[in-house]
Amino acid sequence: MNAKKILAKGYLWLLLAILYTPILIIAIFSFTETKVLGNWTGFSLKLYTNLFDGGMSNSLMSAIQNTIIIALVASSIATVLGSVAAIGIYNLKARQRQAVNFLNNIPLINPDIITGISLFLLFVALGISQGYTTVILAHVTFCTPYVVLSVMPRLTGMNPNIYEAALDLGATPFQALRKVIIPEIKPGIISGFILSFTLSIDDFAVSLFTKGNIGLETLSTYIYSDARKGGLTPELRPLSTIIFVTVLVLLIIINRRQTKSRDKLA
Amino acid sequence: MNKFIKFISRRSSWSIPYVIFLLLFVVLPLILIGVYAFMDYGGNFTVANFVKFIEQPEAIKTFVYSVAIAIITTFLCILLGYPAAYILSNREFNRSKTMVLLFILPMWVNILIRTLATVSLFDITGIPLGEGALLFGLTYDFLPFMIYPIYNTMMKIDKNLIEAAQDLGANQMRVFLKVILPLSMPGVVSGIMMVFLPTISTFAISELLTMNDIRLFGSIIQENIMLSDTMNYGAALSLIMLLIIGITSFFSGDDEGEVSHGGII
Repeated sequence: MNAKKILAKGYLWLLLAILYTPILIIAIFSFTETKVLGNWTGFSLKLYTNLFDGGMSNSLMSAIQNTIIIALVASSIATVLGSVAAIGIYNLKARQRQAVNFLNNIPLINPDIITGISLFLLFVALGISQGYTTVILAHVTFCTPYVVLSVMPRLTGMNPNIYEAALDLGATPFQALRKVIIPEIKPGIISGFILSFTLSIDDFAVSLFTKGNIGLETLSTYIYSDARKGGLTPELRPLSTIIFVTVLVLLIIINRRQTKSRDKLA
Repeated sequence: MNKFIKFISRRSSWSIPYVIFLLLFVVLPLILIGVYAFMDYGGNFTVANFVKFIEQPEAIKTFVYSVAIAIITTFLCILLGYPAAYILSNREFNRSKTMVLLFILPMWVNILIRTLATVSLFDITGIPLGEGALLFGLTYDFLPFMIYPIYNTMMKIDKNLIEAAQDLGANQMRVFLKVILPLSMPGVVSGIMMVFLPTISTFAISELLTMNDIRLFGSIIQENIMLSDTMNYGAALSLIMLLIIGITSFFSGDDEGEVSHGGII
């Protein structure tokens, strides 16, 4: 019995070790100045200070900036569009709701490359020159379904009588919405926003196809073209490390929030 | 005007902006792939793009190779991921949510960064990049996407069913084979969707892991679609990929949305 437990635990730890070794290597070598990985040239924080001083290639800095701006704008739009849509879909008749949910699922199933190519063709067909706007539109396209999906369970889990009660007590529909429905679905809206934000930051393929050729780069497309040239910018190592730690912290926060709200429901 | 206000305050109409958005940015673009695939450079109807694909042994070979790589990767992910999901969901072996979090955390880190991390692993150990590295890297990248949905369905299995089976005299092996395995199948199907579809359409990952040595179908699509004179051929190749995606999701039933609902744990 015990041997089995050791075996099971051992398997998990082995798998984790394999999953995290590459990330650990990057993190360790972010503290040394070497250009080539595996060649330790002494402890140094230079890569980190480079990252924040702007003492490195300007193009990486602007790529980071673009990524954050695009993610903020796209996830804000997606959150508003998706939350409003969720309230609308929730109030649709069953058949219409099914149809809209089906449409909503398409971007979730489509691999990035298909989403990217199809939007690329749309912009080509409409003669829209590609750049910031098209990338943001594309990101809104694949983020909004996730907002709808994270708001919807809050709506279905809501007691509909509370809304009716508010109306009976003399609230206008708008007041009832603001005072009853929105507070109730707020956790879903926030989760949807965070989810959209991380999805947008992570995206590579969709950005690649919709960024056009005006020289706009996001972090992912920057890494891609950098890697294709052969020499990876060493500053990507501290950057990756920071991203990894940030994701870890964000995920723990979201996880805490969800367990808390689940406890509240129970 | 009054009518308009009434229309706005009917909350079902709030879905209309999003429906229009979906039609314009999801449905229309997908239709456009089909339209461009059957068009020549001048905009006339043609099937030449598909003929070109069939006549080029190189393209077909890449296509078959990509499907094979995707199938092997998916298989490796099930092989490694299923036991992990089973152990994680079993209260006897694991009660820690943090452990689960550690397994799904990589899902949220940029896939290119993770791919580069594996490349650095190969660099340091001196193992040459190539087909082996490609399979390792793809499995590494997509393993969390297999573990997570399987874990999720296993957590939802009614514990009473397992106890009932035990009470009726089934040993642990039989409980697994007759109760847990069949009930966890929807998770495996979701996992296959989440691993197979991105793998078959990958291009950047394979380029990084093999130093551009092995080119998958995705790379060929990307190269063709970006150039205006081969754009229609690229669209035809995309349509072929779309067909495979359609077939895969058709066979996996309609519960694939299930995975995305939870998002995190």
